[in-house]
Amino acid sequence: MTDLSRRKLIAGGLAATAGATALGVAAHLAHKYGLVAPDHGGIYGPGEALTYASLRLLTRHSLAREFSRSQISERPLANEVAPFSEEFKRHQAGKFVDWRLTVDGMVDHPASFSVDQLKSYPSRSQITETVCEEGWSYIAEWNGVPLSHILNLVGAHPQAKYVFYFSIEPDWWESMDMADAVHPQTFITYGMNGDDLPVGYGGPLRLKLPRQLGYKSVKFINRMIVTDDVKKFGKGLGSVSPETGYAWYAGI
Amino acid sequence: MSTMESAHVPLEPPVPSSITKTPAATVTSRHSVLVRITHWIITLSFFALVVSGAEIVISHPRFYWGETGNVLTTPLFKIPIPSSRNLVPTGYGYVLPDQNGWSRALHFQTAWVAVLTGLLYVVAGFVSGHFRKDLLPGKSDVSWRGFASVIAHHLRLEKPSDGDTWSYNVLQRIAYLFVIFILFPLVIWTGLAMSPAFDSAVPATVTLLGGRQSARTIHFLVSVALLLFLIVHVIMVWREGFRSRMLAMITGRTTSTKERT
Repeated sequence: MTDLSRRKLIAGGLAATAGATALGVAAHLAHKYGLVAPDHGGIYGPGEALTYASLRLLTRHSLAREFSRSQISERPLANEVAPFSEEFKRHQAGKFVDWRLTVDGMVDHPASFSVDQLKSYPSRSQITETVCEEGWSYIAEWNGVPLSHILNLVGAHPQAKYVFYFSIEPDWWESMDMADAVHPQTFITYGMNGDDLPVGYGGPLRLKLPRQLGYKSVKFINRMIVTDDVKKFGKGLGSVSPETGYAWYAGI
Repeated sequence: MSTMESAHVPLEPPVPSSITKTPAATVTSRHSVLVRITHWIITLSFFALVVSGAEIVISHPRFYWGETGNVLTTPLFKIPIPSSRNLVPTGYGYVLPDQNGWSRALHFQTAWVAVLTGLLYVVAGFVSGHFRKDLLPGKSDVSWRGFASVIAHHLRLEKPSDGDTWSYNVLQRIAYLFVIFILFPLVIWTGLAMSPAFDSAVPATVTLLGGRQSARTIHFLVSVALLLFLIVHVIMVWREGFRSRMLAMITGRTTSTKERT
């Protein structure tokens, strides 16, 4: 072995050790600061982990772009949904007066809210773009109550890490980290462009998460659970999306 | 850094005197080890990005200009292919299976690999002088005469000159610089502009492009331009001698009848 190749070997070994140590430290820090997505396993885990960690750091204080009233789309698009369940049809026939949004889990005061109750809280609006992972988009004004207001009302525990939210329709649930849960643009929406939220767009209640793609904004929500353990839900990947191949974090 | 410097000097160990008399072609170092490794990582990444990107396009093969666009609005142009979504009016009587889950995951993971590899290549290229020495056209080449002679050479379908074995002609240099410093940065920029989270942190990413649908359309067109570059690139490699050019990009060495000066 020549001197040159021995030196290269030693340098390579040192670099590999340093690299492995750096990765270990990075993983430890990422866990400590909540930068690890629930679906970070599998062959696409490294990409998912890098994307979530870097965008979570980058968007610490960011707001989704808001638009002027004149930019609201004349032709928005209500994406297709599966045929409604009997339960939903019953609520729809009753004009959603019996609809309840239940919030429990790691909270001091579990509660159920009717649509009218939610409307009685300070109302906020945002004119943001709904972006589908397929590529299309539209701009609309959304009226609702910030999720942070509800989390304060029920007394969410400070050690909670995620908020899970469920549609009344089967196999349709997601979760978000607390950074998104307390974000000022994360709404429980009950109105669109000044009217009641149409059923096609998720009425009576839709969660709105404008810094992520449309599939995180679940329609027809009736249940929320505050938790620190993603393993309790489904396959433990954070939402139903990773179970069908889609990323839990949809900021990209 | 030693590997990068070695790109410009022959890598061979001293040749035993018994062999020096053979009149064989001189073997010279053509591509540095860093150029070769990054070239093939980018090649593999590009294939993964094109395949996954095409799959994603199939879910909405319509392109718009401005901020918003959907199946209810007028597209700038459509690709006449079937779609993987029922919602898209394609004129075909069937819907393709949804492949967006793995396609998106592969696309973004590969984008990380390609961008980090590209950054390494660009930084090393400046540090080692690769861009200045190998890619920046010489002053005498940037003239109508210089262009005309290379273009005429290509149009006459002449065999590549011996000089092309160990150096790039002016058209090649400009094409490579255009791909490295215009097309790749543009495809990365427009890709980031489609991320609602990235846009929230750096809104100029999308507003400078005139909206997210413009960004998506530019992303698609630049990808097509990169694919065209790849096709021409492979044809030229073929014409120059597929075996020797491939060997040059894999082993770093090339056989040439002329000593590198």
